[in-house]
Amino acid sequence: MTSVIENNAAEPYAAYFAGLMSDPLAGLSHAIRNLRREGFSRLEEMGFPSQEDEDWRFLNVSPIVRGRFLPPPPAAAHEGEVRALLDSAAIAGLDSYRVVFVNGRFRKDLSSLAGLPKAVFAGSLAEALASPLQTRVEEHLGKHLAPKFNGFAALNAAMIEDGAVIFVPRGGVLDKPLELVFVSVPVENPFSTHPRNLVLIEPTAQASVIETYIGEPGAAYFTNAATEVLVSEGARLSWYKVQREAQGAYHVAATQIVQERDSTVAHLALNFGGAIVRNDINLYIGGEGATGVLDGLYMISGRQWCDTHTRIDHAKPNCESHELYKGILDDNARGVFNGRIYVHQDAQKTDAKQTNQTLLLSDTAQINANPQLEIFADDVKCTHGATIGQIDEDHVFYLQTRGIPKDEAKSLLTYAFANDIVRRIAIDPLRVAVEKIVLAAREAPTDFVI
Amino acid sequence: MLEIRNLHANVEGAEILHGIDLTVRAGEVHAIMGPNGSGKSTLAQIIAGRDCYEVTEGTILFDGKNLLELEPEERACEGIFLAFQYPVEIPGVSNTYFLKAALNAVRKYRGEDELDAVEFLSLVREKMKLLGMSEDLMNRSVNEGFSGGEKKRNEIFQMAVLSPRLAVLDETDSGLDIDALKIVANGVNALRSPDRAILVVTHYQRLLDYIVPDYVHVLANGRIVKSGGKDLALELEEKGYSWIDEPASV
Ligand SMILES: Nc1ncnc2c1ncn2[C@@H]1O[C@H](COP(=O)(O)OP(=O)(O)OP(=O)(O)O)[C@@H](O)[C@H]1O
Ligand SMILES: [Mg+2]
Repeated sequence: MTSVIENNAAEPYAAYFAGLMSDPLAGLSHAIRNLRREGFSRLEEMGFPSQEDEDWRFLNVSPIVRGRFLPPPPAAAHEGEVRALLDSAAIAGLDSYRVVFVNGRFRKDLSSLAGLPKAVFAGSLAEALASPLQTRVEEHLGKHLAPKFNGFAALNAAMIEDGAVIFVPRGGVLDKPLELVFVSVPVENPFSTHPRNLVLIEPTAQASVIETYIGEPGAAYFTNAATEVLVSEGARLSWYKVQREAQGAYHVAATQIVQERDSTVAHLALNFGGAIVRNDINLYIGGEGATGVLDGLYMISGRQWCDTHTRIDHAKPNCESHELYKGILDDNARGVFNGRIYVHQDAQKTDAKQTNQTLLLSDTAQINANPQLEIFADDVKCTHGATIGQIDEDHVFYLQTRGIPKDEAKSLLTYAFANDIVRRIAIDPLRVAVEKIVLAAREAPTDFVI
Repeated sequence: MLEIRNLHANVEGAEILHGIDLTVRAGEVHAIMGPNGSGKSTLAQIIAGRDCYEVTEGTILFDGKNLLELEPEERACEGIFLAFQYPVEIPGVSNTYFLKAALNAVRKYRGEDELDAVEFLSLVREKMKLLGMSEDLMNRSVNEGFSGGEKKRNEIFQMAVLSPRLAVLDETDSGLDIDALKIVANGVNALRSPDRAILVVTHYQRLLDYIVPDYVHVLANGRIVKSGGKDLALELEEKGYSWIDEPASV
């Protein structure tokens, strides 16, 4: 990786990093300190990605880099705002476990974990490291998503203070969805958070997780998340990411999911907020008979940027992957969808399907869509398709001739486009909440979904 | 009710309608026949408000109102309904919701209260029965995956729910089997009343056996070249269009 700013990328974080390393309370464990150290030196070496890097060429991250955002001072958040924001993030009618972070720090008092099945763990990294899970955590953290992945992942590792850990033991079933809620509220200065999450779903266990990011409107901050997920043999995981950061916020997130044999993963990403958003979602299908699904919807307007890079590795034979990503862009919004599917030589009988569809609601919105299939096995079925379109005027006219005003007709058709993704949300209250978000964005009526 | 005077219309710069005059009074049924490409659908779409056609001359009045100044949805709310020759499929929008949104938009425009769920359902059930629409079709996306005949039936079903004052049916009979044709005709006839009018575009006498017109017009090359009573349709069926003299060109 090349970078124009490589020599001083780590410099703004050096003092904070040194403070972390010398603070016994923030020490967490020896392994974590090593991971931090590795992160910091990787950042020094690599710098942040720039538009000269192939994978970052459409996204200008210099506002993030120039911002030199540091983690906020502890306990500076305004409690009233925190509660109001948490309320607005609440999913009506959803019975769930909740792990809550405010400005990057775990808040046990705001979390709700009562009744968690025995031997299931959900909580903060610090708690996990102080529990019998310590060795498991140290064994996996930083192994699946290494600091060298890119400069942001390196920074995340260097800044590790907190994050969520989920552990579901062999055969365990999480009886309710588990929410990870990352709340950002304004403090004195613009700040950064670096959630570091680790999820271990043991053989034949089952869980569904909702990862939510929400920010106080007007708050200036940078979320830099890294999430590692291991789904073991025969396990099933549904994952929903709901990104509703503040309008002016920056959000960079890398997720690495590793699947073992006969496991099933469905990851669905919903991106609505943020000024500059970059998601890297990597699915490594490393065992036979596994199925992986990556779905996503992003809906942006104004001057928002949303860049999604997915990579699916088919490393073993007889696996399936399905990917459907949809984007809705209005005004001057810009989107990037880069979907890479990498079929290793060994991965015969792979069945991989990728679809990317974009709806442009204005003449000035832009999308760069780029499927990348790299296939090194000879007996595989791989398809991809990308469409970019506008609202069909014939459809608008048809609805108008039935009395529906033009604007409403357009909202309805926009919603119908999004609905392909929305209806895949298997948690009913979440689906209803997302419908509302989508409809509010288009100011459409609320009850026409199929 | 509907008064079309000297209507000229272009599409992409080429004139398609070369001066149409047509008067439809309340209570009447008019049939428009004519060769392929003569401008029948163009006329129907212009009445509904399609903006890809440019009206270069002439007027359309509906109950004395200048129709050409109204948006398509306003025309619908005023009581105009077009059953499309080629209804579009709209994936993701449920038929039921769509109909409810349409009906409530029309009611709102007329200053009537929106129907509640129960009232809506009972109205829909009644009209479903009239048109033999299955529950399954109602729960699908608008026209998505419907057969040709099912789409046409759905058009008339929508018409029955919205109960317009002027229904323009563009080749609603094409694609319908004999039984469906009777059902659809029955649905159309149920709408007939002294304060409503119907404009039927068709190629076949068959439909007119069921929906008996008061007047039949022949549209050829963008002009109405002949008008007559219901017997004209029979004559056309027998002899085709060639015997009709083209009017002297203007
Ligand atoms: N949007 C359009 N763009 C270009 N040409 C058009 C368009 N709409 C209609 N036309 C042309 O105008 C003429 C009249 O078409 P129209 O569809 O009104 O005919 P019609 O009488 O309904 O024919 P049919 O009996 O086949 O349905 C045709 O020559 C057609 O090709
Ligand atoms: Mg036609």
